[in-house]
Amino acid sequence: MNPLKGTYLSRRLSSFYLSVSARHSRCNSTSATPPADGHLPSVASSEILRTKREAGLRTPGIKWADEDSSAPTRIIVGGRETRKMNTYQAIRDAMSIALAKDESTVVFGEDVAFGGVFRCTMGLAEEFGKERVFNTPLTEQGIAGFGIGLALMGHTAIAEIQFADYILPAFDQIVNEAAKIRYRSGGGYNAGGLTIRTPTMSVGHGALYHSQSPEGFFMGASGLKVVIPRSPIQAKGLLLSSIRDPNPVIFMEPKILYRSAVEQVPIDDYELPLGEAEVLIPGSDLTLLTWGTPVYHCETALHLLQSPPPELQPVIPASLRSANIELIDLRSILPWDVKTVAESVSRTGRLVIVHEAGMTAGVGAEISAEIQKRCFLKLNAPVRRVTGWDLPVGLQYEKFNIPDAIRILDAVVETLAY
Amino acid sequence: MASLARVRLAPRLPAGLRVQVRSVQTTADLTQLRDKPSDPSQPITVKLHEDSFQSYLCDKPDLEVQVTGEELLTMYKEMQTMRRMEMAADALYKAKLIRGFCHLAIGQEAVSVGLEHGITKDDRVITAYRCHPFAVLRGGTIKGVIGELLGRQAGMSHGKGGSMHIFTPSFFGGNGIVGAQVPIGAGVSFAQKYMGEKTCTFALYGDGASNQGQVFEAYNMAKLWNLPTVFVCENNKYGMGTSAARSSSNTEYFKRGDKIPGLQVNGMDILATKHAVEYARKWTVDDQNGPLLLEFVTYRYGGHSMSDPGTTYRTREEVQRMRSTQDPIRGLQKYIEEWGVANEQELKQLDKEAKAEVDAAVEEAKASPEPLIKDLWTDIYYKNTEPPYMRGREREEVHHY
Ligand SMILES: Cc1ncc(C[n+]2csc(CCOP(=O)(O)OP(=O)(O)O)c2C)c(N)n1
Ligand SMILES: [Mg+2]
Repeated sequence: MNPLKGTYLSRRLSSFYLSVSARHSRCNSTSATPPADGHLPSVASSEILRTKREAGLRTPGIKWADEDSSAPTRIIVGGRETRKMNTYQAIRDAMSIALAKDESTVVFGEDVAFGGVFRCTMGLAEEFGKERVFNTPLTEQGIAGFGIGLALMGHTAIAEIQFADYILPAFDQIVNEAAKIRYRSGGGYNAGGLTIRTPTMSVGHGALYHSQSPEGFFMGASGLKVVIPRSPIQAKGLLLSSIRDPNPVIFMEPKILYRSAVEQVPIDDYELPLGEAEVLIPGSDLTLLTWGTPVYHCETALHLLQSPPPELQPVIPASLRSANIELIDLRSILPWDVKTVAESVSRTGRLVIVHEAGMTAGVGAEISAEIQKRCFLKLNAPVRRVTGWDLPVGLQYEKFNIPDAIRILDAVVETLAY
Repeated sequence: MASLARVRLAPRLPAGLRVQVRSVQTTADLTQLRDKPSDPSQPITVKLHEDSFQSYLCDKPDLEVQVTGEELLTMYKEMQTMRRMEMAADALYKAKLIRGFCHLAIGQEAVSVGLEHGITKDDRVITAYRCHPFAVLRGGTIKGVIGELLGRQAGMSHGKGGSMHIFTPSFFGGNGIVGAQVPIGAGVSFAQKYMGEKTCTFALYGDGASNQGQVFEAYNMAKLWNLPTVFVCENNKYGMGTSAARSSSNTEYFKRGDKIPGLQVNGMDILATKHAVEYARKWTVDDQNGPLLLEFVTYRYGGHSMSDPGTTYRTREEVQRMRSTQDPIRGLQKYIEEWGVANEQELKQLDKEAKAEVDAAVEEAKASPEPLIKDLWTDIYYKNTEPPYMRGREREEVHHY
């Protein structure tokens, strides 16, 4: 097959896509500008978000801190309350619980005492005191090393790196120190008390140093955990788990979801499991695997598949529209939930992986290699990756650099029709 | 007349500043006229205020300096033009034509323009993201800067980088990773020394950036190898929302180079900044004394970037006081008028010209198209040495070279 030439379908989709792109890019030269938080219309209408109290309280895998884990799970959620929160509020809520319940907890980073760039630490310094929530100098390598030192002393250290792009100056401390200290001290010391929070992924106009998704860089650093939540409920539960996990955790928060994703978040202390993927929509014909922001692009793609708009109808065979797609949020990047993904692909025979980082040596590369090994005889199509381009993120066209619903739809249709 | 000006100015200083004995002045207009020949092409002699400098392990510069009326007018025009350019960027941002990150240097013009007047074309400069004036003064254009901010082909990086990503042959950018530019500056100056060039490198960074580990690593290399590096800390008192005192255990940034001598400079008086730069050039290049640390005490009037109103971590009064009493452009304007170099009318004419120049450049930049899609794939590797192809998001977006 000529790799240059797309199928008929993808060419049709591309022209649809280009007409959408043209409409978007014209925004730059007219007064009709996109919203300041960037474009992600799919979040507002997402059915994945739990916007009702009942649904929030019944979040799968939720573990209430005040319930004995050996007791049978309480089916009745009566008595518990939820509050409408966006992602940054949910993250703040998690930190406030950690600060309140564990005296050794401290929160630090650049400008966090004022609330931080994305307001995640708003009011925490006032509530818990300046000795516990404090600004650091501009010193990422120092912040990471300092946090490791605190953790070695048994403290709970919650560090913020202002943008995931700036975690790279701290890469050495994280990979060579935090990840390895348990091993190289024969279990004598560990940096388990350290959690590094950092805003990640693109926002529409972040350009080279405010749009990267560096989760893949940490994937080979055994000793670390890497977690990426998709929503407020997930963010709170996964962050509390990360803070309490006895290993150092990098907690990456998709920045476009800070304000746009809103849910009814349980106000009590609860955790969600690390290392476990979550099946958001069960299906039998194809596994669509993603994490963070693209969860919502995938959801939109599935809607488009089911009921394509008139422009797309000619290119989406009617027989594929009723396909049952299984949508999985990986949630933990390291360790990743091989079991759930392999089990799913063994049933569906098809896998499409979507992530914002570039394709080469991205997280999708590791997953595809492992899945083709485990599910080789079950696969009906090659594992497909829809990712960002292998490019530095330029100022212009950032929206088109990241995977969007149309590209995902295209990959799903091609993989189904393979 | 000059002493009169001093008497008039003194009460304007708030009590807090007056008791701060061991810091330089940041008043913009304390330089006094000493001698003005009747021939306007001859330089006039002026005396900088004795509190213009503080030194560490080196002698203070001589306070008497010479400058021509013509140069004063050029500096005035350049400072006005740079401020106009930043104001235009501000307006374009508010009109949502510039997106993303954008950092303005309004209030800090005496540093960029003073630096340019104290160095040669072949010296090199590198700084962080607050870089627009340097890019223009080092051989770029206003159209090129505004075009880059707008993400257009006319931009100095063809619209591929945006704010902070602007370069010229003697200006190594615009850098977004705080502190990363400083060791790069040391490397650049090593090459200058190695090639026997009679030039040096000015590596600029902020008071916030001064705490990054790699800044200290660069100091050590430069001193160890006696490099012609001038480390320039542009101390505008804040790094985002954190004041210098809250971020730095030693806020005397000129003393932080350990064995590297340093000079703290009134960064609001352009005659002081230019003079300090000349001193640093002589120190590193002519006298081959190795690196020097300059600290310009200055102030940014606006927020850190466009999303910061700039008033949550400092008072409106503080900003207002700096603007109204220590403005570097007004200070220079006063010198020009009081020393009889030009009158108010003539300066107004220069203001108009500055505005017209910026307005025209903005229009040209706005008319320039966005980058071509194919240019997304250029400048990743050297032409013709690329891998055979690079991946787009999926198959039909694979780009073959
Ligand atoms: C490595 C890194 N960390 C954090 C940031 C975010 N950031 C950008 S500018 C800035 C403050 C810098 O302050 P200062 O050095 O004083 O320069 P100024 O903005 O005052 O010119 C911060 C924290 C960054 N760009 N790079
Ligand atoms: Mg500063």
